[in-house]
Amino acid sequence: MMTKDRNAMTPSRRAVLAGMGAGLLATTGLVRPVMAQGAPIKLGFQLHATGIGASYGRWYQRTADAAAKVINDMGGIAGRPVELVYEDDGTDPKRGAEVVDKLATQHGCDVILGTLFSHVVIGSAPRAGELKIPYLVCSEGFHVASGMLNRWTLQPGITDVRSQIASMAPWVAANLGKKITMIFPDFAFGHDHRDFFTAAMAAQGGEVIAQIAIPPTETSFTQYFPQVPAETEVIYHVMVGPAVLTFVKELGEFYGDKAPKLFGFIDSLEATDIATPGLEFLEGSHFWEAHNRAKPADAGEHEAAYRAAVGVDDNGASLADPADVATYSHMFSTWETLFFIKKAMEASGYTGPADRQKLVETMEGISDLPYGIERPQGAKMFNGKTHQAFGTQNISQVQGGKLVRVHQTSMADGAYDDAVDYTTMSF
Amino acid sequence: MAFGPYLLLALMEGMVKAAVLALTAVGLSLVFGVMRVVNVAHGAFFMLGAVLAWVVAQYVPGPPVFGWLAALVIAPLVVATIAATADQLILKRLNYDPEATIVATIGLLYILEQAALSLFGPDAKPVAAPFTLKLQLPWFGYSGYKLFVIIAAVAILLAVWWFMTRTRAGLVMRATQVDRQTARAFGINVDRVYAGVFALGAGLAAVAAVLLVPISQAHYLMGGDPLLLSFIVVIIGGLGSLRGTLVAALIIGLSDGVISMFYSPTLAKIIATAAVAMVLVFRPQGLFGAKS
Repeated sequence: MMTKDRNAMTPSRRAVLAGMGAGLLATTGLVRPVMAQGAPIKLGFQLHATGIGASYGRWYQRTADAAAKVINDMGGIAGRPVELVYEDDGTDPKRGAEVVDKLATQHGCDVILGTLFSHVVIGSAPRAGELKIPYLVCSEGFHVASGMLNRWTLQPGITDVRSQIASMAPWVAANLGKKITMIFPDFAFGHDHRDFFTAAMAAQGGEVIAQIAIPPTETSFTQYFPQVPAETEVIYHVMVGPAVLTFVKELGEFYGDKAPKLFGFIDSLEATDIATPGLEFLEGSHFWEAHNRAKPADAGEHEAAYRAAVGVDDNGASLADPADVATYSHMFSTWETLFFIKKAMEASGYTGPADRQKLVETMEGISDLPYGIERPQGAKMFNGKTHQAFGTQNISQVQGGKLVRVHQTSMADGAYDDAVDYTTMSF
Repeated sequence: MAFGPYLLLALMEGMVKAAVLALTAVGLSLVFGVMRVVNVAHGAFFMLGAVLAWVVAQYVPGPPVFGWLAALVIAPLVVATIAATADQLILKRLNYDPEATIVATIGLLYILEQAALSLFGPDAKPVAAPFTLKLQLPWFGYSGYKLFVIIAAVAILLAVWWFMTRTRAGLVMRATQVDRQTARAFGINVDRVYAGVFALGAGLAAVAAVLLVPISQAHYLMGGDPLLLSFIVVIIGGLGSLRGTLVAALIIGLSDGVISMFYSPTLAKIIATAAVAMVLVFRPQGLFGAKS
């Protein structure tokens, strides 16, 4: 046995060295310019390249790169080319704040964007406020529109959980059932779901009969399922992170064909093929999607061009590798945020960091965001007071191993009263 | 759910946890026992085994059982080779100094994790179980493969015990464990024993990973939990004691299963960690460890 080890040493030493090199690249190679001509506008991207958000990070980077290319092909922002600067935050709030610092002071970025995970947003936004740099997040959390953050933090590229839930709860109550058990991750994003869905169901005459919070790093789920009351009509699940597939598989094993109806957020299966062995029991269940992974038959006129630009096929997987499924329902937010920045910078006559305050004021003045290649997910309304965008949502059903859209909400379905007016706050 | 089925499910989950714990901890315990090296990279070897299982399964056509069996052979061999190389390149040059090896294996952990991220990507990758068997009990369904994991764990632990007590290589390892200098005086090549033990420990982690990856997923950060739990088990059982590792795995696994189910998984983790603290205070050598 030991001689074998010795014989095998030469090639594996190389393998380890190659791995080491790769490790070095991973830690240092994240900064790269997209295009450099003239005086570029530098947009700092706080990227979940590692940590539990890494699946999203990879697709966010591809989408943002594709959007920057389209913008540069259109002539850039006010004639200046756009350059994206990526920094990895490890999907970690502490590192997130450091990344904001680094992008603002060391790289001299004009604006920072792109953060998804709500705990990173909440950890980073105060530093962006101190540095007085616009911070455009893509996180869905209600923390922007709740007034918890600051005047420099805006969410123009994706709707928030509260609005998503308000627009879907009536459909769930009318079509699936009124006795609901919720399973959600035990942090800010999951708590938004818990609070708003419970309230929204009560308004529909339904009832959330159990709330099961799961720690975000959990890897084994069967132990939670006995907490689901027997009289449950619908299980509402929204899970994130690398263990989501285990969650769904164990749910299927536990219930077999006797399961209550399932309503899930696509977050539970982002970057995962619905046709994965073990997920057959999802057939017939419903999911929320912001942007339909499988191209709907009646998709808008810009859908094909957007998919081609970001390198995604009609099933929502990479053109290069059909097994590489995109985080399709969320990644449009980086694309739309970049076009929002373009629109605001051009409208405000932005020339450099000295104009940042003017830029935020201009953003707050924007309201109508019509459908177009700039907004492939659909038209949006931006509320300058709450710094939050509003749009349409989709409910899809798994049919033949594919997500098929069965309902689309209207923008009005997701409206709620303003909880804050950021425009009255000081910069 | 009534109390009876509830308890049954808790015990089944607990047995699976105990099997998982015993499998992952046995390699760590072996490495510490013989080499006195606290291998922080143990979880990374576990992760590497799972990721390699996914890679192998991609390239083997036919039903999932072929890919899985191929992975069960290839992944541990590759991981063991990497570990032996790391031992020769790093640990040997540090003269197995306890503090230096902790820092070195932390470094190794990061290198392996980042390499896996760069080469295999950030997504959790599913590996199909070698067979699909669902037990549909009247109250709940359960994966037949999970029960197979328990049986496989028993078989592997028996094999390790046999290897350590009934083979010449095992004898040499135990001799080195008892007294490195004397073993050397008797003509044992201690360097090779150490490389072999480190490779064996990592290989066992990889075997555990190949067994477990069908009920979890291959992901570059998956090594963290097994590492922590392995340390808990090894400390409670007594560093270097295989029997202690097994007993501790059963205690922690079953109590975790039952407490998680009837109270909360967080409470189970709190109790396990508190148990480690208690053991360290009142019986620092662990339940079965020898006093040094």
